[in-house]
Amino acid sequence: MSIALYILVMAGVTYLIRVIPFAFFRKKIKSVFLRSFLYYVPYAVLSAMTIPAIFYSTGNILTAVVGTITALVLAYVQMPLIVVALAASGSAFLTGCLIP
Amino acid sequence: MKKNKEVKSDFLCGLWDGIPVGLGYLSVSFGFGIMAVGSGLTVFDAFIISLTNLTSAGQAQGVTVIASGGTLLEMALVQLVINIRYALMSLSLSQKLDQSFTLPHRLLAAYGITDEIFAVCSTKNSTLRPRYMYGTVLVSMSGWVSGTFLGAAAGELLPASVTAALGILLYGMFIAIVVPPASKEKSILFVVVITSVLSVMCHYWVPTLSGGFAVILCAVAAAVLGAVLFPRKEEEE
Repeated sequence: MSIALYILVMAGVTYLIRVIPFAFFRKKIKSVFLRSFLYYVPYAVLSAMTIPAIFYSTGNILTAVVGTITALVLAYVQMPLIVVALAASGSAFLTGCLIP
Repeated sequence: MKKNKEVKSDFLCGLWDGIPVGLGYLSVSFGFGIMAVGSGLTVFDAFIISLTNLTSAGQAQGVTVIASGGTLLEMALVQLVINIRYALMSLSLSQKLDQSFTLPHRLLAAYGITDEIFAVCSTKNSTLRPRYMYGTVLVSMSGWVSGTFLGAAAGELLPASVTAALGILLYGMFIAIVVPPASKEKSILFVVVITSVLSVMCHYWVPTLSGGFAVILCAVAAAVLGAVLFPRKEEEE
């Protein structure tokens, strides 16, 4: 299938999600269930994308585990996104240098 | 004349506030560029995806769908589920908009609603004016697009050990987004743990299920469970 078609669908859906509430929706969502569901969705999505994929992200499970633990610790002490992301990569790289 | 000056400083304020976001995006999208090329896309494809989508999780999963030859329906559903959070942010921002935010401005600025831009724009004390938002979006988008290009184009020039280590970059950012709220709110922690368990089960027990659908299934199931067990009251937002 053509890549352009994929990109068109990707970008189109993403834009519509952003623009419809932003430009046209003026009322507030009342349903507690729906609001709660929407509130939890981002955390659920990010978790599902990260686990277990993160353990295969560096091509070596050991370096990935070290990077994951580094990220978890730094995120827990609320370091900025960029610091956490770079430290995860950096620690995975260093671990890769140390192991044969 | 006075009006003109005000308008200009709005834009500059936006640019300034957007710099940390732009820098963060630059390095994270570098990882996306490498990942996209690694999945068989061209540098140009990766560049266009970043320019038109301006989102991390959706793009990463979108590339997975393309690489696995998924259907367009799968692609649409994946983007819908992963990016539905933007609908909430749009909704929240729409309550804050200045009168000068007319429909054409809304149609244009909606393109730039991301987690970080939402965070910057929604924490402003005043109403949100179009030029301020254009400033933050412009600098963020520049970082995102140029990082993607560099990662996709120069990723091949880097030693394999560096490229491999950069593969974890985006996931590191996801952890940085999820962990702080999860450590503060038990309900979020619950949803995160349930999703992770479901996701691992899907991965090992139903390996035939494509990555995109697995993410949708696990995320929707866990978020529904969270909404049923821990409904949120208005004031908690």
